[in-house]
Amino acid sequence: MLKILGYPDRYSVAPGEAISFQISLEEGDAFSAKIVRVLNGDCNPAGPGLDLPHHPSSVDGTYPGQPRRADAGSYLIAESVPPLDNVSFRALIWPTLLDRRGQVIASQWDAAAKTGFMLELDEGKLSLVTGGGMRQTLPHSLLERKWYAVSFSLTAATGAFRLSLSPLQKDFGVDDAGEIAGSLGPSIAAATPFILAGAPLADGTIGAHFNGKIEGPTLVAGAESHATLAVNPLPAAIAPKLIAAWDFSDGICSTTAIDKSAFRHHGRLVNLPARGMKGSGWTGVHHSWQAAPAEYGAVHFHEDDLYDAGWPADIIWQLPEDAKSGAYALHVTCGETEPEAMRECYIPFFIRPPRVKKPGVTRPKVAFLAPTCSYMAYANHGEHITVRGVERLMGRLLHFGHQDVYLYDHPELCHSLYDKHADGSGVCYSSRMRPNINCAPRYHSWLGGDGSSLYQYNADTHLFGWLAHNDIGYDIITDEDLHRDGYPLIEDYQVILTGSHPEYHSTAMWDAMKSWIDRGGRLMYMGGNGWYWRIAFHDELPGVIEVRRAEDGIRSWEAEPGEYYHSFTGEYGGLWRRCGRPPNMMAGIGFVAQGFDVSSPYRRAPDADNPRASFVFEGVEDEVIGDFGLIGGGAAGIELDCINRLLGSPPNILRLASSEDHSPLMLLVNEEFTATLPNLGGDQNEKVRADLSFYETPAGGAVFATGSIAWCGSLPWNNYENNVSRITLNALRRFMDPKPFV
Amino acid sequence: MYRINPEMDQQYVEEFRRQPVGRHSPGLMRVLNTLRYDPSGKQIVLFCRKPFAEWQIAEMPANRLDPLVFEDSPIFTNRDEAEWEIFRRRWFKATGQHLNQPFRSADEV
Repeated sequence: MLKILGYPDRYSVAPGEAISFQISLEEGDAFSAKIVRVLNGDCNPAGPGLDLPHHPSSVDGTYPGQPRRADAGSYLIAESVPPLDNVSFRALIWPTLLDRRGQVIASQWDAAAKTGFMLELDEGKLSLVTGGGMRQTLPHSLLERKWYAVSFSLTAATGAFRLSLSPLQKDFGVDDAGEIAGSLGPSIAAATPFILAGAPLADGTIGAHFNGKIEGPTLVAGAESHATLAVNPLPAAIAPKLIAAWDFSDGICSTTAIDKSAFRHHGRLVNLPARGMKGSGWTGVHHSWQAAPAEYGAVHFHEDDLYDAGWPADIIWQLPEDAKSGAYALHVTCGETEPEAMRECYIPFFIRPPRVKKPGVTRPKVAFLAPTCSYMAYANHGEHITVRGVERLMGRLLHFGHQDVYLYDHPELCHSLYDKHADGSGVCYSSRMRPNINCAPRYHSWLGGDGSSLYQYNADTHLFGWLAHNDIGYDIITDEDLHRDGYPLIEDYQVILTGSHPEYHSTAMWDAMKSWIDRGGRLMYMGGNGWYWRIAFHDELPGVIEVRRAEDGIRSWEAEPGEYYHSFTGEYGGLWRRCGRPPNMMAGIGFVAQGFDVSSPYRRAPDADNPRASFVFEGVEDEVIGDFGLIGGGAAGIELDCINRLLGSPPNILRLASSEDHSPLMLLVNEEFTATLPNLGGDQNEKVRADLSFYETPAGGAVFATGSIAWCGSLPWNNYENNVSRITLNALRRFMDPKPFV
Repeated sequence: MYRINPEMDQQYVEEFRRQPVGRHSPGLMRVLNTLRYDPSGKQIVLFCRKPFAEWQIAEMPANRLDPLVFEDSPIFTNRDEAEWEIFRRRWFKATGQHLNQPFRSADEV
């Protein structure tokens, strides 16, 4: 279906820097490429149409290409472990996907010579495999999500072995403990790295991944009994015999697996298996891995973890020093697009302002904060593929484009923060170091509201088009820029516009934005459900974020009890609201309802006549605002925010308009009620509404908040001539006027 | 779980036919929530061949590892018409009764 795709090595690039693009060509052997500006990525005939003008550059040209694949699946690799010819191994495991065949718990295997060993789970049974594929299997079936001690000893020269399994907790009537011993025939040790949760395959990739938690993996010299090895922690007397003993409770923020043996065979955790995970001895007394690291000695491995697809760069663009800040994309094509095949792809990126302010150069007063953390959170969002019942929520058949079909056929591109792994556990890490199928101009989302069906990145292009139509000069900065650079990045901007759905923010981003507002910044919150989830960035790895779906909020999965703290930082995760910083404290309003079918209009509220807000309605006499639009047919839709003084909306906030006449599928979010109500739908619940709001801050700044993801979808209606567009432009022009608000 | 009553729920068939996507009555919502549940684990989806122009029906199997199955025909040129086609199929499966009304005719639109 989709014949070409790719990803950039960064979402934000500064003038004078280079950006690379990695391309997979699924058909043919060459493709064309050029840079385009992104002004409107929506081809809906009811709107102004696509606007993706060519931006001539050194990239223009034809390039050779070939198919690329991602090697998904997380594992530990310890390259310095010597060939193991007389060894015992033990680990505590918590398997989570037992119907998968051939899941390797531990290996030192030469795939070409078929030598070494693999300890694996096959259809729920424990096997030891040695040279030539010789295998011995315990007849006992393991149970999912139950802790076991597994161990084996093996003498390669003779083939003598022992293979053992015991549960940490016995269940009546369940026969899941056993041991076998004998000979597997002589073999030779493999001079290959030791790998946990996978094994080398003949094609050079690492596969056969184990799904589940592993704790305390240990290699011991010689043959030791299971009775000795099953104890956790291991008896001190065994220390002189240790070859390696990896302690996953140490260095949880890192990708290093610390070996506590004398040899220090430290391992690398590849593709970000989940850390900060409860181990077999979690007591429930402590909920933070920092408070009781020993209780968090497990790593959860998944066959569908992916950090970096690692494709080679096909195109590198060295930006000129005078490159203009804005939204751009690499447009790659490999032929004519037909109903049967999409042969083009847009790979978006942003040019930010120079990293060092140039003397004498005046930057625009306005900046657009590209919500790249939210784009990352939703990367390859696949609930329409994996979750049943989503059609009920959408109120219409699930939309699949060519890109969605590709995602269906290529699960190795892995998941968004909304998805579950194949074993049912939640995806808590998402990276941009891979194709992000649904973050592109021309992508129409299954989630995006009836009509244009845009969500996140492509929905934000409605705002780009509107800014261009009104000839507004602006810079673009991204979430990652704000996280790294902090307040100094934004201190000189008078106005910051958000995207339609700026949902994910790190602590550094939150602090920088609040500092800017408190110092007189003027925020135009152009969407809904903003500042909702707290995220963490990784100290070592670029381009990856973490979320813990803790405690509350609209969630497609739930973090396990005791796993609410970020592994990247140790911070408590979940909703900012549950961290004492509701979105109302930042934008005046906060998330209240969600619905994906049709949108609704706003009606003027009494505060619209307050002289403080007269500039907003200049030239707008209409009672009804936004009863039109490309996202659901109205300006209030998808996700709505409203004023709530109890959550931090300021006392001087003006409610200029509120939405009404919502669909039964516009549902009150669950953090807004305790006992489940019979009237959750917007047709029956008075709390379901978006509040168009405005307030001044003590430092002379102000906040204008739309309260709806669909707001930007109404801007282009009638070629930008409408009351939503006029109100937004009135607000922006006043915000650009340096005259203080107070 | 509600069971569709073909006589009592007939009134909602026409409501859906006239507006497959939009604000629906509580009665039609109940019918749709019932019809949109498939205990087999399969999921009907609408594949958009050409944005805002051409659609075809496809089925996701219960097993994520199995391929999508596409219906080569019909090719719909109106998204709502596909909604009506799937509604008709599901109604038949739930009640054993065929819905023979065509999608909104031109004079109804």
